[in-house]
Amino acid sequence: MNNKPVWEAVRPYVMILPAMGGIILFVIYPVIYLVKLSFYKYNLMNASKSKFIGLDNFKQIFSREDFFSALLNTVLYTVGVVVLTMILSLLIAVWLNRKSRFNAIVQAGIFTPHIISIVSIALVWMWLMEPSHGLLNFLLKAIGLPTSQWLQSSSTAMISVIIVSVWQSIGYYTLIIVAALQSIPPTIYEAAALDNASKFKVFYKITLPLISPQLFFILIIMTIGSFKVFDTVKIMTGGGPNNATTTLVYYIYEFRTNSIGYASATGVVLMAIIALLTFVYFRLLASKVHYQ
Amino acid sequence: MRYISELRPVERTLGFVLKAVVLAVFVFPFLWMVSTSLQTFQETLAFPPTWIPAAPQWINFAEAMSAGPFLTYARNSVTVTLSVIALQLIVMIPAAYAFAKYKFAGKKALFAMVLLAFMIPGQVTFIPVYLMLADWGIIDTLLPQIIPFMSSAFGIFLLRQYFMQIPQEIIESARLDNASEFAIIRKIMIPMSMPALATIALFSFVSHWNDYFWPLVMTDSAGVRPLTMGIAVLRETEGISNWHIIMAGNVVLVVPILLVYAIASKHIVKAFVYSGIK
Repeated sequence: MNNKPVWEAVRPYVMILPAMGGIILFVIYPVIYLVKLSFYKYNLMNASKSKFIGLDNFKQIFSREDFFSALLNTVLYTVGVVVLTMILSLLIAVWLNRKSRFNAIVQAGIFTPHIISIVSIALVWMWLMEPSHGLLNFLLKAIGLPTSQWLQSSSTAMISVIIVSVWQSIGYYTLIIVAALQSIPPTIYEAAALDNASKFKVFYKITLPLISPQLFFILIIMTIGSFKVFDTVKIMTGGGPNNATTTLVYYIYEFRTNSIGYASATGVVLMAIIALLTFVYFRLLASKVHYQ
Repeated sequence: MRYISELRPVERTLGFVLKAVVLAVFVFPFLWMVSTSLQTFQETLAFPPTWIPAAPQWINFAEAMSAGPFLTYARNSVTVTLSVIALQLIVMIPAAYAFAKYKFAGKKALFAMVLLAFMIPGQVTFIPVYLMLADWGIIDTLLPQIIPFMSSAFGIFLLRQYFMQIPQEIIESARLDNASEFAIIRKIMIPMSMPALATIALFSFVSHWNDYFWPLVMTDSAGVRPLTMGIAVLRETEGISNWHIIMAGNVVLVVPILLVYAIASKHIVKAFVYSGIK
């Protein structure tokens, strides 16, 4: 007779159905499919000829030197980016923390690269880093320093890519840290001033612990973000020279058409690493982080 | 304010100069891009560098745009970006409302699933998604760049927070007036959460206009590619030394974003800070 109660019970599910459908179809199902593919030698021309090969793809991954070199490159990149970005954005945030018009302008300026496409960033920096006509080498020469081959030498390509990534993301993390700093109640600092604490001590004993939840979260975002680096490498170096900048995602990308099974297995490894990082961070740091 | 009086004028000037230098480090590369885009080929090779071109070479832009089907690229970028925003809003509003205002079995687990999905990047799922969409036969359309983004976990999360802050009394009194749930969403929830919706839309605009990875792995033909891919290809078609042409293409890619940033910088900054903290 009366369908209203039934509809009211079903209504929430109907309303979240499109959202949940999208997540299941484009995230959950692909993850399951990825794991399945990783056990196959996939035939792109004729999927029915694909062969189940068990763990062979994984055995291959862990016996190949190029995989470990890609993994090592990714770790180097991640450590470089995370350490530099963390230190620099913390310094800049503390420096620009005081509310003033000029500080706001500087913050907005530093943030700008973050909203520009990585394609543009990469191209501008390739031009700046161009060895014979680029501006960076001109500046180095002008102040009497030796020039660099930047992206074109396997010994400096990785640090060049790291510089570009750090340059692009500092502004973003600075903003988050500034927001965190400004949420600290001034009364806490007033108490410290009464005790005549030094500036360094105030920073180390009060500021740092109070913003540690935010620092902890950006540490996770940064690490995971760095582990999936691809665009800069694809555009600026193509993984070279001599595979010096081939990272995990670039490695997967290179195998994506000819060895789908192998690429998928590498994708599973990447997913496992990301999951592990998140888990380890939560366990290790949760105890050291102050929650208000 | 207390600190200002503590600093001597010398220190203040020094701090000001240092800040200006830092600002230059982040802004100058873009000015250099614009300058290069207006130089002649000879000027780009000159030593010392040409800071300001003798006569602006607007022809560089024409040359860059004739290197490929740029009208198509631009149209694709606009279509994809706007479609993603529209689709995300249609999907997220009812979902955020249900998560914020209804009690139902499994709500916590389902919401956790939304957040979990947020953690799994496209770099992990792109191969199976490509195979699935190829199976559906839609790889040669713009859909692979649109529908995988229909559920924005960030958007659902932020909007739910906003909806939860809208007092329950307002909703209850509307219900007493026999307003339907649809009317409540349309006439109360949406107008009251405009700042959040603007934030979410801008965040999507910036992310999808700038996206390079996803179209790169989802497209097989130039007809469905966006501007980012067109510009990236310029380097190959123009040869590696025609930086004035490459930078001209680059300016075309950057300007729409900078325009939006100039108009709505506060919202954009907020969007990115939220996406990081929450």
